[in-house]
Amino acid sequence: MDSLWQWCTGLFANWGIVWRNFDYLLVGAYPQGPLGGLAMSILMAVVGIFGAFWIGLGAGLLRLSKRPWLCWPAILYIEVIRGTPLLMVIFWFYFFAPILMGHSVPETESAIVAFIVFTGAYVAEIVRAGVLAIPKGQMEAARGSGLSHAQAMIHVILPQALRNMIPSFVNQFVSLTKDTSLAMIINVPELTLAARHIYTRTMKAPMEIFLAIALLYFVICWVLTALSRRLERHLARYQARTAHGR
Amino acid sequence: MQYTFNWAIIFSGEYGRWFLDGLATTLEMSGISIVLALVLGTFLTVLRLSRITPLVWFAVSYIEFFRNTPLMVQIFFWYFGSDPILPGFFKAWLYRQNIEFATAIIALSTYTAAFIAEELRSGILSIPKTQLEASRATGLSFLQAMAYVILPQAFRIIIPPLISQFLNLIKNSSLAMTIGVMELTYMARQVEAHTFHGFEAFTVSTLIYLSLSLLVSFLITQYNRRFLRIGSAR
Repeated sequence: MDSLWQWCTGLFANWGIVWRNFDYLLVGAYPQGPLGGLAMSILMAVVGIFGAFWIGLGAGLLRLSKRPWLCWPAILYIEVIRGTPLLMVIFWFYFFAPILMGHSVPETESAIVAFIVFTGAYVAEIVRAGVLAIPKGQMEAARGSGLSHAQAMIHVILPQALRNMIPSFVNQFVSLTKDTSLAMIINVPELTLAARHIYTRTMKAPMEIFLAIALLYFVICWVLTALSRRLERHLARYQARTAHGR
Repeated sequence: MQYTFNWAIIFSGEYGRWFLDGLATTLEMSGISIVLALVLGTFLTVLRLSRITPLVWFAVSYIEFFRNTPLMVQIFFWYFGSDPILPGFFKAWLYRQNIEFATAIIALSTYTAAFIAEELRSGILSIPKTQLEASRATGLSFLQAMAYVILPQAFRIIIPPLISQFLNLIKNSSLAMTIGVMELTYMARQVEAHTFHGFEAFTVSTLIYLSLSLLVSFLITQYNRRFLRIGSAR
C-alpha cells in the first residue's frame, strides 16, 4: 500500500518544472528571442493548411481532368507524396532547398514548404472525392444552361463540393497540427523541440514534460475533431432536408 | 553552391548494405508492431462495443487520446518519460531488450491500435443487425452466427483499411530514427552524413518506401477486385 502511495505521489511531484517553463512551451524564447513553442506549431499548421488548400485544389482538379498531360503529373505528385513518409519529405526540402536556391534557407521556411507539399497531396484526394460525390446531373444541367466547363466547375460544382469537404479539411488540419511535431528533426523551435529543450536543460521530469505537451496537442486536436464531427452531422442533416424537399 | 551527382557511391561498398539493413529493420519493426496493434485494437473494439459503461469509457478515452496526440510526442514519452509509470517486472524485461527498438515497437503498436480499433468498429457496425437476427432465426447459435455469417462479411470489408493502416505504420516507423533505431530513414541520414550525397541517399530511400507502398496499394486493388468486386465489370 505504501509503495502504491509513493507511486501516486511520484506522479504529481515534478509538475513544477512544467509550470515554471510553461511560457517557454507556449511561445518559446519570444519576445527576447525567436517565436517558438505551441505558437510556432499553430503558425506552421495554419500557414501549411492554407498553402496546401490551393495546391490540393489545383492538383485535385487536374487529377480529374480527362487530358492525360494534365492528369498524369497530378497522379504522379499525389501517389509519390502519399507513398512517402513525411519525415522523408522534410529532409528533401531541408537538404535540396539550398542546392536549388543557391543559398541557405531557414529551417522554418523549408519545414513549412514541406508541410504544404505533403498535405497538398492529401487535400487533392479530398477535393477529388468531393467533386466526384456531386451528382453528374449538376454538371450536365450547368453545361446545358450554357456555362463552359470551367464556369460550371467554379460556379456550380465547387461551391457545393467545397462545403461538403469542410469536415475533411478540419480533419486534415488536425493531422497537420500533429505532423508539425516532426519539424523538430531539422531544429524548428516548435512545441516538441521546446519540450526536448526543457528536458535537456533540467534532466528532470521527462514524464511530466512530455505528458504536458501531449495534453496541449490533445486539447487542440480533440476540440477540432469534435467540431468536424458536428459539422459532418449538420451537413448530413442539411443534405437529407434538401433531398427530401426535391 | 555546386553539387555533383554521384550515384555509384550509394551502391558501392558498405552504403548499399546500410540501406538493406535499414529496410530489414523497418520491416521487422512494422511487422511486429502490426501484430501487436491488431491484438490490442481488437481488444479495444471489444471493450468499445461492450455495453459496460466504464469499459466503453476506457476504450473511448484511449482511442481519442492516442489518435489526437502526435506520434513523435508519444515516442518521446515512452523513451524518456515512461519510467515512473511502468511496473517493475516490465521494466526489468524491457532493459534486457534493445531498448530503442522495443520502445519504438511499444509506441507504434499502441498508436496504431487506436486507429485499427476505429476501423474494426465501423466494419462490424456496417453489417446490418438483421443479418444476425436472421441467422439466429434459422437456428444458429450466437457464436455460430458470428463465425459463419457476421465475421466473414466484416473481415472482407475491414481488410483493405487494415492494409492501409499497415502502410501508415511502415511510414510512421520512420519516426523511430529520432530515438536512434537504425531503420531506413536513419540509414539514409547516415549515408548522407558520410558521403555528403544527400540527394542520392534520400532518393534511394524514398524509392524504397515508394515501392513498398505501391506494392501494398496494388494488393489492396487486387483484393477489392477479387473479393469486393469494386472497380471491375460485374
